[in-house]
Amino acid sequence: MFSGFMVNAWLVATVVAIVGGAVGFFVVLRGSAFVAHAVPNGSFAGAAAANLIGVSTLIGLGVFSLGGALGIGLLGRRGRHDVATALMLVFMLGLGALFLGFSVEYAPQIYSLLFGEVLGISNNQLAPTFALAGACLIAICLLYRPLLLSSVLPDVGRIRGIAPFAVELGFLALVALATTMTVPVVGTALIFSLMVGPPAAARSFTARPGVAVALSIAIAVIVVWAAIALSYQTNWPVGFFVGAGSAVVYALGRGWSFAVLRNR
Amino acid sequence: MLHAIVEPGFFQSSSVQLGALIGGIVAVVAAGVGVFTVLRGQSFAGEALGDLGAAGGSSAYLIGIAPLWGFFLVSLAAAGAMELIGIQRARGRDLATGIVLGAGFGLAALFLYLGTIDTSTTGATVTILFGSIFSLSSSILPLVLVLGGLALGTIALVYRPLLLSSVSPDLAAARGIPVRLVGVLYLASMSVAVALSAVTIGAILSTALLVGPAATALLLTARPGRAIAIAAAIGVATTWLGLLLAYDSYYWPHRGWPVSFFVVTLVLIVYLIARFARARR
Repeated sequence: MFSGFMVNAWLVATVVAIVGGAVGFFVVLRGSAFVAHAVPNGSFAGAAAANLIGVSTLIGLGVFSLGGALGIGLLGRRGRHDVATALMLVFMLGLGALFLGFSVEYAPQIYSLLFGEVLGISNNQLAPTFALAGACLIAICLLYRPLLLSSVLPDVGRIRGIAPFAVELGFLALVALATTMTVPVVGTALIFSLMVGPPAAARSFTARPGVAVALSIAIAVIVVWAAIALSYQTNWPVGFFVGAGSAVVYALGRGWSFAVLRNR
Repeated sequence: MLHAIVEPGFFQSSSVQLGALIGGIVAVVAAGVGVFTVLRGQSFAGEALGDLGAAGGSSAYLIGIAPLWGFFLVSLAAAGAMELIGIQRARGRDLATGIVLGAGFGLAALFLYLGTIDTSTTGATVTILFGSIFSLSSSILPLVLVLGGLALGTIALVYRPLLLSSVSPDLAAARGIPVRLVGVLYLASMSVAVALSAVTIGAILSTALLVGPAATALLLTARPGRAIAIAAAIGVATTWLGLLLAYDSYYWPHRGWPVSFFVVTLVLIVYLIARFARARR
């Protein structure tokens, strides 16, 4: 379970969980679960396009996730945010369907793009994943205070000179960056589960943002490790275990806050 | 002239006729339900129901029944789960949707995996995710009609309370409308509409028909009745035009572009034009 090709899986999945847990804290705080779903899912078209014209998947994913995030930000600025997100998402998915139709072999590829191929990570995927993860974490550190303030108290943030739209764009870019590094490795479904379940659970255990971020990362890492171990044992897809695990930790968090409220 | 736009055989082909018929019905149902989806700000729920429908469609393949049943039953169950976790509060609604969606996505992965392992129908993944309007069987027409009638009938039945509780939940509650019950009924009709759209343009694209035409219509008019009519017209027009373009594309490079791509792109273009026209006014 820890030998040979599995080492890469453990390494990359841990890095993905750390980034997903950290970015996810802000996703949950801002109530942007839909965006966190739309950007990774839509970027799938980028991977399909990259396949078609023969460039690196990472470039395709980067272009499409950034483009999608910008589109959501601009279209949602005046108008219904959820409608803008939904339309950008389905448009990108439609493009993905088109590109897949153009390439010859598809069903297994679609499957691994959507649900990940964490057990087949090659050595040359490691360096770009780690570099992007580093960039992501640095961006979170830089954006931490303005993002926190503008998410919790947008009016106070505005008085202090933080433009909500700029913060929104920064946040969307962050989600896009996290997407780019994770999708080729773990698929679109997995990163979304990690960005919602563990942070939401962490928030029901503590109200302090710093502690919540740390807890969210810890829970995400545990969920991913458990998922890989189970997937190794059963041969079932990793995405299934991550999705189920995220739902379980969320249920535990909800149960905890319910119990605390009752004992008061 | 006509031949330049419509490739020969378009109006004679029986699969095109059936696709146009079912696509038209589905677009009307999606429009009627979709106007409320946009008014209530539940696009994410619609999107989630569609994705979860993919789990249903793939498990239907697994046990060997029509995918529409899978789409329908699973979206209905998912709608119930979201309601239970707390979709009725605006705050935390996205989160409830997200949790259910994440878990359901995992299940979809599992069923697609098991389905392709056991029966090696590699086309199943693509059919479920992106639809296959040209290869519909006429046997599902009665089911489509019944489900569509059910969804629109429910909306018509609770039209006024639904409208009030969508625009102002507090006012509706104060007037004695059972807001939660209305919400549940609405969610059930939405899962039907999503399941139907999943049959024509695919599970993960079904939101396009649900949200796109309705959002465009609501940009053009503020009156809900008129919005439903406009949305239905846009939905049917984009579906049929998409069908035509996909048929024509057999003579284009790469042959046979997917219908869903055309429908989704047309929906987005119409929405952008409406946004632009409104901004100019």
